[in-house]
Amino acid sequence: MVTNIDGGTTSNVHPLKFSLWLIIISILMMFGAFTSAYIVRREEGNWLEFDLPGMFLVNTVIIVLSSVAMQWAYVAAKKNNLNMVKLMVGLTMVLGIAFLYGQLNAWGDLVANNVYFGGSESNPAGSFLYVLTGVHGFHLVTGLIFLLIVLISSLKFKVHSKNMLRIQLCTTYWHFLGALWLYLYFFLQVNH
Amino acid sequence: MSSTDIAIHQTDMHHGHDEHDHDHDQNFIEKYIFSQDHKVIAKQYLFTGIAWAFIGGFLSVLFRLQLGWPEATFSFLEPILGGWVQNGKLDPEFYLALVTMHGTIMVFFVLTAGLSGTFSNFLIPLQIGARDMASGFMNMLSYWIFFLSSVIMFASLFIETGPAGGGWTVYPPLSALPQAISGSALGMTLWLISMALFVVSTLLGGINYITTIINLRTKGMSMTKLPLTIWAFFLTAIVGLLSFPVLLSAALLLIFDRSFGTSFYLSDIYIAGEALSNTGGSPILFQHLFWFLGHPEVYIVIMPAFGIASEVIATNARKPIFGYRAMIGSLMGISVLSIIVWAHHMFVTGMNPFLGSVFMFLTLIIAVPSAVKVFNWLATLWRGNIRFTTPMLFAIGFVSIFISGGLTGIILGNSALDIQLHDTYFVVAHFHLVMGAAAFFGMFCGVYHWYPKMFGRMMDEKLGYVHFWLTFLAVYLVFLPMHYVGIAGFPRRYYNWTGFETFNIFTDLNTFISIAAILGFFAQFVFLFNFIYSMFKGRRSPLNPWHSNTLEWTTPINPGHGNWPGEIPTVYRWPYDYSKPGAAEDYIPQHIPFSETQSSNLPQERVLE
Repeated sequence: MVTNIDGGTTSNVHPLKFSLWLIIISILMMFGAFTSAYIVRREEGNWLEFDLPGMFLVNTVIIVLSSVAMQWAYVAAKKNNLNMVKLMVGLTMVLGIAFLYGQLNAWGDLVANNVYFGGSESNPAGSFLYVLTGVHGFHLVTGLIFLLIVLISSLKFKVHSKNMLRIQLCTTYWHFLGALWLYLYFFLQVNH
Repeated sequence: MSSTDIAIHQTDMHHGHDEHDHDHDQNFIEKYIFSQDHKVIAKQYLFTGIAWAFIGGFLSVLFRLQLGWPEATFSFLEPILGGWVQNGKLDPEFYLALVTMHGTIMVFFVLTAGLSGTFSNFLIPLQIGARDMASGFMNMLSYWIFFLSSVIMFASLFIETGPAGGGWTVYPPLSALPQAISGSALGMTLWLISMALFVVSTLLGGINYITTIINLRTKGMSMTKLPLTIWAFFLTAIVGLLSFPVLLSAALLLIFDRSFGTSFYLSDIYIAGEALSNTGGSPILFQHLFWFLGHPEVYIVIMPAFGIASEVIATNARKPIFGYRAMIGSLMGISVLSIIVWAHHMFVTGMNPFLGSVFMFLTLIIAVPSAVKVFNWLATLWRGNIRFTTPMLFAIGFVSIFISGGLTGIILGNSALDIQLHDTYFVVAHFHLVMGAAAFFGMFCGVYHWYPKMFGRMMDEKLGYVHFWLTFLAVYLVFLPMHYVGIAGFPRRYYNWTGFETFNIFTDLNTFISIAAILGFFAQFVFLFNFIYSMFKGRRSPLNPWHSNTLEWTTPINPGHGNWPGEIPTVYRWPYDYSKPGAAEDYIPQHIPFSETQSSNLPQERVLE
C-alpha cells in the first residue's frame, strides 16, 4: 500500500477518525430526515395515538450501561490492562445484543397492541416507530461487527496503549449509537 | 490499519523508489480493476460516465424522434426496441420510461458520478500534494458499489415491464403502486435498489474527498492556497454528505410503501376499480424529502464545473483569477443556500403562500453568488492574453450557457411566475442549460485539460474545435426554441400532443429541436473518437503542456501510484501567479519559492524571500 501521509497530516486528527465523524454526520442527516418527516406528517392529523412500549426504558438503561463498559475498555487499553479490555469489549457486545433483543421484544409489544408496520391496519404513526427503531437497530448491528473486530484484535494482543486507533474509533462510534438512541427515545417521548 | 507502516516509510525518502518498483509487481487485477490508486479509480469513473452519457443521450434521441415526428412510424426501431414499438408506434408507457431513465442517468450516473467521481478523485491528491486518498480502500469500494448500482440500473432497461417510468423524481403515489403503470413494476424496484447503492457509493467517495482535503495537504498548502477546483470539489462533497442521506431515507420509506404495505406516502387511493386500504400517508412528504436532496443535487452537479472552469479560464487567459476569495465565498454561499431552497420545486403543491414567499426570497438570493462568479470569470477573461485551446473554448462556452440558463432561473424562482410555467418546456429548457449542458461543458473542459495528465498524450485540437462548435450550436438550437414552446404552455412529459389544437402549431418547432438534438448527439462521436484515438496515437504530452501553476504538473508525465517519485513538493504561493510583472515567464508554479523570483515579488512578499 502506498503511504498517504508524507510530511505529517495538515490537521491533528487522524484521517480515519475524521472520516468516522463524517460518517456520523451522514447518519445523523438520515435520522434528521426521518424525525422531521415524522413531525411534519404528525401535524397533518390522522395520526394513531398509542403508548410507547415499556421496554424502551429498559433498553435505554442497557445501552447507557454498554457505553460505560465501552469507555471502561478504552481506558483499560490506554493503561495496557489487556484482560480488562477483553472483558469490557465482550460486555459491551453482550449489552448491545441484549439491547437488540429488547428492541425485538418492544416490537412484539407493539404488535400485541395492534400497532403494525404495514398492512391495512397500519398507520404511519406506527410505521415510523418501526422505521426509526429498525434503522437504528441496523446501525447497531454494524457497531456490533466493529466491536467483534476489536475483540478479535484484542485477543491477538493488538489493542494496547501504542495501538489505540481501532478501539478509539469503535468507542466513538458506539457512543454515537448510544447517543442516537437517547435522541430517538426523547424525541418519541416528546412527540407522542 | 497501516498506521505503523506509514511511520516507517516516512523516515526514508528512498522508500519512495522502492514503492515505485513495487508497482510493477502488481498483477493486472490489482493494477487496473480493483486498484486503490486514485488515478485509476478516476479513469474508471470517467469510462463508466462516458458509457452512461452515450446511453442517456441515445434515450433522448429516441424520445425526441417521437416528439419531433409524432405522426411518423418508427418501424426501423423495431430491431433495437422490439416489443416497445407496436406497428411503428412507440409505446406511450415506454416513452415515460425513456424520459425517466434519461433524467436519472444524466443527473446521477453521468453528472454526479462521472463528473465528481472523475475529477475529485483525479485532482484532489494531485493538486493538494498527497500520495493518494485518505483511504484507498474506501475509494475503491465507492467505485465498485457505483458499478454494481450501474449494472442494476442498466439491467432494468432490459426487463419485460421496462425500466422505471414515473419521472426521475419518482413521485408517489404513481411510483409506489406497481399496478399504476408498467414503469412502476419491477423497473421501479430496481431503480430504488440501484439508487440506494448509488447513495452509499457517493457518501463513501465524498467522505474520502473531504478527509483528504482537510488532512493530507502538502507542506505550505494552506486552505487559501488551494486551487479553486479543490474548493469546488470540497464544498460539493460537503453538500452531498448532507443531502444524499436524506434521499436514502426518502427511498427507504418508498421501498416500505411499495413492498411492505406501509402508508408513508399513500392515502385514500382508488385505482383500477378498487379502493386501497392505505390511509394517513402524504405524497407531499416525499416531495419535501426528495427535493431536500434534489435541489442540492443540481449544485452537486454544477459546482465541480465551476471549479474546473475557474482553473482553466485563469490558466488560458494567462491572468490571476479575478476575486479568488470572492470565488470561495460565493461557492460557500451557494452551498449554504442550496440546502434551504428545496420547496421552490413545490410551489404548486398547495403550499402556504407565505412559505412560498420565503422560499422564493431565498431562491432569488442565489442569483447574487452566481452573479459574483460570472462577473469574476468575465473579469478574468477581460484583457487577458487568451489562448483558445479546446478546454478554454469549453470553459468560455460554459460561462455563456450558465448565464443563459441562469437568467431564466430568476424567472422561475418567482412563485407567481412559476405557477404559470410549472411543468412546461420552459423549465426543461432552463435546467438543461444551467445544470445539464453547463455541467457537460465543465466536464468536457476538464477532460480536454487534464487528458495529458491522465494518459500522457494530448487530444487532437482540430477535432476538439469541431466537437466544441457542433455541441455549442446544438445546445443553443435545442434549448432556445424550447423556452418559447414552454412560455406557450407546452407541457413536459407528454407523449402525444397533436390532439390538442393549442399545441399543434408547434410541430415544426419541435421537429427543428429534434433535428438539433440528434445533431448534438452525433457530434459527441467526434469526441469519443478523439478520446480513444488520442489515447494510443495522440501527440505525446510535455511535462506541463498548458504552462499551468498547479502541483499536478510537477509529477512525471505518467505518474505511478504515489504520484511523486521523490519528495512531495512544498507549496509557497497561490496557484494563480500568471503574467506576474517582472517574472521571467508568464507563470510561476506553486512550488517555486519566493527566493527564486526576486524580480517579480511584490513588496509584501519580500519578507517571504
